[in-house]
Amino acid sequence: MTWDSLMGGAFPDARGRYGVWGGRYVPETLVGALERLNVGAREALADTGFIDDLSRELHDWVGRPTPLTRCKRLGAHWGIDLWLKREDLAHTGAHKINNALGQALLAKRMGAKRVVAETGAGQHGVATAAACAHLGLECTVYMGAVDIKRQSANVRRMRLLGAKIVSVTSGSATLRAAINEAMRDWVSDPETTFYLLGSAVGPHPYPWLVREFQSVIGREARRQINERADCLPDVAIACVGGGSNAIGLFHPFIRDASVKLWGIEAGGRGDALGDHSATITQGSAGVLHGSFSVMLQNDDGQVQETHSISAGLDYPGVGPEHALLNELGRARYRSVTDAQAMEALGELCRLEGILPAIESSHALAGAKLWAEENPGTTVLVNLSGRGDKDLDIIEGYSATPEAI
Amino acid sequence: MKTPSSLLEHAIRSPKRGNVAIMPYLTAGYPNKEDFCELLQAVSVEADAIELGVPFSDPMADGATIQGSSEVALANGVSVRWILGMLASCGPLQAPVVLMSYLNPLLAYGLRNLVRDAADVGVHGFIIPDLPDEEGEQLDQLCEDAGLARIQLVTPVTSSDRLRRLCHRSGGFVYAVTVTGTTGGKLDIGQVSAYLDRVRKVSSKPVCAGFGIAERSDVQALEGHAEGVIVGSALIRALGRGEDGALFVRALVQD
Repeated sequence: MTWDSLMGGAFPDARGRYGVWGGRYVPETLVGALERLNVGAREALADTGFIDDLSRELHDWVGRPTPLTRCKRLGAHWGIDLWLKREDLAHTGAHKINNALGQALLAKRMGAKRVVAETGAGQHGVATAAACAHLGLECTVYMGAVDIKRQSANVRRMRLLGAKIVSVTSGSATLRAAINEAMRDWVSDPETTFYLLGSAVGPHPYPWLVREFQSVIGREARRQINERADCLPDVAIACVGGGSNAIGLFHPFIRDASVKLWGIEAGGRGDALGDHSATITQGSAGVLHGSFSVMLQNDDGQVQETHSISAGLDYPGVGPEHALLNELGRARYRSVTDAQAMEALGELCRLEGILPAIESSHALAGAKLWAEENPGTTVLVNLSGRGDKDLDIIEGYSATPEAI
Repeated sequence: MKTPSSLLEHAIRSPKRGNVAIMPYLTAGYPNKEDFCELLQAVSVEADAIELGVPFSDPMADGATIQGSSEVALANGVSVRWILGMLASCGPLQAPVVLMSYLNPLLAYGLRNLVRDAADVGVHGFIIPDLPDEEGEQLDQLCEDAGLARIQLVTPVTSSDRLRRLCHRSGGFVYAVTVTGTTGGKLDIGQVSAYLDRVRKVSSKPVCAGFGIAERSDVQALEGHAEGVIVGSALIRALGRGEDGALFVRALVQD
């Protein structure tokens, strides 16, 4: 298998497979709705009118292209040439807006009246609420009760933007339970409700659709770093929960054999099942949320509770394309702990004047690991979101946050 | 020789009492593991077939009641292995049993071993709500070889071409989901009857209606529109209140 076939549209295949991974494991009620979405999305993405509308909105409303920032002080500290793709500067504060806007435009084009979404850290919920307000769509967001508590600023933002928030108390009361509940909502009204899924997970066509809308990150970053550094990076690094910002960064680099790809998972507080969210590094194959991929489960196939200090990475599954990139060795997946992520967060604040989201801080901590093994190299990190939403967690983590 | 699949079909077509076959749903190991075999035995006397639910941590197609019973069963330590062991030691039942499970616990057990071991302990078939026809190739083949039924679900939003194909491919009976939604919702009898008539018109297998059927009046209203009915959430709620499951099932049909 060549990297060209990965880039050339061979994956997913007609059945939504990435090699053995992916597919569509859903209740019969959703089969027709997913096929309509697949056909509608393919038509839209092949329509220059739709692409022009999307590009204009990305420019005028989202603020793209986002900048590429060279981090001279932190780079010198770590002994690398460090570049950040600044998705934290996109409207609503994270990469999630790229996909939320794209799918909301698609929902409108397909005649949907009502949008439902799930959210973990709240960034996808905020992005979806904003896109729906902008386009005049009704929006309901499912959010775990645990996450509502730890990301309350985003809950308040969503309400201001006109979204209805449903607190999910079943199961884990985090992102995983929120996805179950959003799917139950969709099963109840598959014909006029549009499920706006925020990560590169779920049944086909979602992993593909989310990748298409997020690949703008990697396309811009590749062009920007090539122009400014006059070379491609030695490595491109992103954090991986479900994997949407990572697949968006990685995909346009897949053919560039000299560019290593590193996905950084949440190692949490330890290696025991339940103490981390490091799906690829520690999980096994199975079906969760409509897709065959890698997941955290026990020997009986029951999905396990996860832990991460970052709500956005606190998820026991991962997108099927990451499972393929891992299997092929095209991307490497490692994990960093809560403590390593928080240390990197503090360093970026003090040396560069940028407060990253705790999710994105995992990617930075991954860059620090890379730097120890590969001094003097050129490193591209996707700074997927900003950390304003995380102030309560940061202050709860350390009595002296300025010294993290 | 009669296969488990054809025995299941026969049981649905010839109900013990009345004109509609009654298929109660039980979450395995709910309300507890210790007395479950006894409950299963008692219910099997009143039922024409039994849908036995494998608890799963993320039951996407289920409403709050069955989510709750699944959580209790998982906390009780119920697994596919326990269920098959319980069926092996429980002794012969008075009604055929089909396993209802989300796919992942079955994958974890291993599909090949599962079909072999399930056939050994007298399971007649499988209902898998998150395994649509397109993804079921391997399991369908294993079931066919073992004579077990792979029961297909159809819904009010299934297109007519697809409905025809699923009815043709279904083993034992066709599971007609009455509503778009999760288990335990409300039923609009008028709409449901018309839909069931549409399914029966294209199906050579008996049709069993499920989702939202809670009491005797629902069963009566569906008479003539389905060969059988599946009663799940209402029975689980009764068990949760400490009521007698067999009496609940008995009361669904007028003597």
